[in-house]
Amino acid sequence: MKKLILGAAILALTAGGVHAQTIRMGTEGAYPPYNFINDDGEVDGFERELGDALCERAQLTCEWVTNDWDSIIPNLVSGNYDTIIAGMSITDERDEVIDFTQPYLPPDPSAFMALPGTDIDVAEGVIAAQAGTIQASYIADIGATLVEFATPDETIAAVRNGEADAVMADKAYLEPIVAESGGEFVFLGDDVAMGDGIGMGIRESDAELRDTFDTMISEMKEENLINPMIVKWFGEDATIWE
Amino acid sequence: MFSFCSDPSVLPDWQWFACYLTTGKHMGFYASFGTVLLLLAITAPVAMAFGFAGAMAARSHFPPLGLLGKGYIAMVRGVPDIAFFLFVPIALDQALEWLRHKTLCPDWTAPIRQGNDFVVCAQAKLPLSSSPQSVHDAYSFALAVVAFSVVFGAFAGNVLVGAMRAVPHGQLETAEAYGMTRAQVFRRILVPQMWVYALPGLSNLWMILIKATPLLFILGITDIVYWARELGGMKTGAFAYPHGDWRLWYFLGLLVFYLAFTKLSEVVFERLMLRLTHGQATMGGEAQRKAPA
Repeated sequence: MKKLILGAAILALTAGGVHAQTIRMGTEGAYPPYNFINDDGEVDGFERELGDALCERAQLTCEWVTNDWDSIIPNLVSGNYDTIIAGMSITDERDEVIDFTQPYLPPDPSAFMALPGTDIDVAEGVIAAQAGTIQASYIADIGATLVEFATPDETIAAVRNGEADAVMADKAYLEPIVAESGGEFVFLGDDVAMGDGIGMGIRESDAELRDTFDTMISEMKEENLINPMIVKWFGEDATIWE
Repeated sequence: MFSFCSDPSVLPDWQWFACYLTTGKHMGFYASFGTVLLLLAITAPVAMAFGFAGAMAARSHFPPLGLLGKGYIAMVRGVPDIAFFLFVPIALDQALEWLRHKTLCPDWTAPIRQGNDFVVCAQAKLPLSSSPQSVHDAYSFALAVVAFSVVFGAFAGNVLVGAMRAVPHGQLETAEAYGMTRAQVFRRILVPQMWVYALPGLSNLWMILIKATPLLFILGITDIVYWARELGGMKTGAFAYPHGDWRLWYFLGLLVFYLAFTKLSEVVFERLMLRLTHGQATMGGEAQRKAPA
């Protein structure tokens, strides 16, 4: 009897290991409306909805994991989760370390946000940005003084406290903050187009998984399922797929 | 939580706060206090064990063992904590996965290191990708305990070596004169008497350990400081309970927690010191002896 139970248990365990493939989706959970932790403590946002739709289409079981932005790539390559879906723009630098699917969000402009009455040339000011973002490298490139923070939230606080003249981030992240601040914050200067769109990051050795998600994204684009999600989370004015 | 919480935007203040402070996210925050206390409760004895083993090895008369003990104490104390916290869990995790990979997937031919990637077969993953999140949490918690214990064990080891040296030599010689073996002297005379010399150093370490717990977040565990930052940050209309930057209030709460915990620790250590001093050949012990009964 004991052997039977043991045998059954082993069978159940190994069977579970072969069939149920669980994909762990890594995100930051601090960048609304892309991804954030909602009031129930769950990952929520545009990428949660899109990611769940992609997984369902690919018949994968997906589990959401949050990770600090700073170490989000190292933890992917060491295998703590299988994808990064965290508003990460596709850049050549990152592409050397990890692979990307095709973009699920078209390139969206970045913007500067400051306190009202700030009248500076951004190239000469002190600009806050999240460390390791394309905005941070842009600020360094134009010769402005860059102050980096680990989380997006801290970059906003830096402007409020006067530590930085302005903050640079994706416009979609800053827009609700400006809109709801009641005049505390305004956009500064012109938008800057940058990046090649936002895609899912996947280990270079995981070509199969990348192809799966790539196909699912193509299908969803063809069936025009992504655009309504973009409008739902980013508003009517957001850039959508043609 | 409460029945009136379905639409927070229309609630009067006190109900809004009642709902706000009982969201699932806040429950995570409250639970993280438990995580921190549990970490302390497990790490302290494990680190003591590491320290005791290190101190014993460092005092050993068998050269390789002595070198090992001294090397451990000197090396770990010399490396910045944060480097250690990044290195130990990742190295340990990869070492375990490598071992499991070698035993569970002998037929696997692809290399484990492919460029930047660390690739082991699905069965060798630790924990398995299919395990629930709670298992992953428990695993990273265990790695955190090991990392904390290795670091604090080295410091405790150094304190214990010093304490062992501080026990009056005459006590040990007398014991030997009575015919005790070296092991007996160590067990019956040295160890019981050394604690009074070790306690000030150990209590220091405990205080530092309490303050070091926010390093947990580096290891992917959501601790109280992470939650305070996450909850206190400004919330836009994407959230059910939008509010401004409230980090100050959350961090004030943490301040109270840490101060209260420190005070409690001090009281406990004072009592412990009083007990350990009893009957000792130290100034404190002498004062106790002379005090009117």
